[in-house]
Amino acid sequence: MSHDAQVFVKSQTEFEYSKRKRKEAMRSQITSFAIMIFLTLIAFSAVAAGFSKYYIAPIILLLAAVQVVLQLYYFMHMNEKNHGIAAFFLYTGALFAFTFILTFLTIIWWG
Amino acid sequence: MDFNTKYTPQTWPEHPEQVTLEGKNKFLGFWLFLGGETVLFASLFATYLALKNKGPSGMEYSTQTLFELPLVFVMTMLLLTSSLTSVYAMYHMKNHNFKGMQTWMAITVLLGLGFLCLEIYEFNHYVHIGFTYGQSAFSSAFFTLVGTHGIHVVIGLVWIILLILRNAKRGFSLYNAPKYYTASLYWHFIDVVWVFIFTVVYLMGVVG
Repeated sequence: MSHDAQVFVKSQTEFEYSKRKRKEAMRSQITSFAIMIFLTLIAFSAVAAGFSKYYIAPIILLLAAVQVVLQLYYFMHMNEKNHGIAAFFLYTGALFAFTFILTFLTIIWWG
Repeated sequence: MDFNTKYTPQTWPEHPEQVTLEGKNKFLGFWLFLGGETVLFASLFATYLALKNKGPSGMEYSTQTLFELPLVFVMTMLLLTSSLTSVYAMYHMKNHNFKGMQTWMAITVLLGLGFLCLEIYEFNHYVHIGFTYGQSAFSSAFFTLVGTHGIHVVIGLVWIILLILRNAKRGFSLYNAPKYYTASLYWHFIDVVWVFIFTVVYLMGVVG
């Protein structure tokens, strides 16, 4: 019942087309991996270089945000179709996350 | 059509994880769970940021004296690479290459184990120099945040190892494809959390 599925046999052309599509997706995932490694290297070396924390903090937070977006959209396939509800769930969580951190930090700074 | 149907690369669906009702439900439920996990980690991050470097007066432990960047860098590289290897595993799943998927899942486990060993080494070192869980508000917040992530790594490893072993002789079916898919999503999410941990806890900790 809940495991029911219709079997479709792909034609050779369809088969090769979807194979090529998967290869393309794989290539963009490898590219995003390279970017993620690169961003990590920048973040670590910026800290190791010992610049002022007022420069570094916003930069490494931005790098982390970019890296997470790559991870979510390429590695976790959120760039594919049918991920609207997935995105809704995740962004609802992120909204709470933002509120928590804002609340706790303002308690410390202004409390 | 029962779930023991054997597929060939020609009949294997485009999204094997979302063909059956069971698969669709798993997919949806798992993303809801990840939304909840985001909230869990946000509360721990908020607590950590609020209690960072706070403790008894004259406390000698601070983010700047404790953290060693080279170790964190190696841990980051291990976890980031393990995220890519589980992407490879999912690529082989979509290509209906069972051996390929099992192999890359196993490599993911090995990299994850490497990460875990380094984390245990790190915690052990902290406890050794007196920075124990109950030492200060800072230490509790730190161990709770990073430790919760570590427990997620352990759960992820046990989960993936069980999947690999349980399905070793089964081959692909629409029954186990969603299981592998959600496990790989979980593993990526662990890496997402780690990106914030190495940035917010370690890098910003060293900067001060």
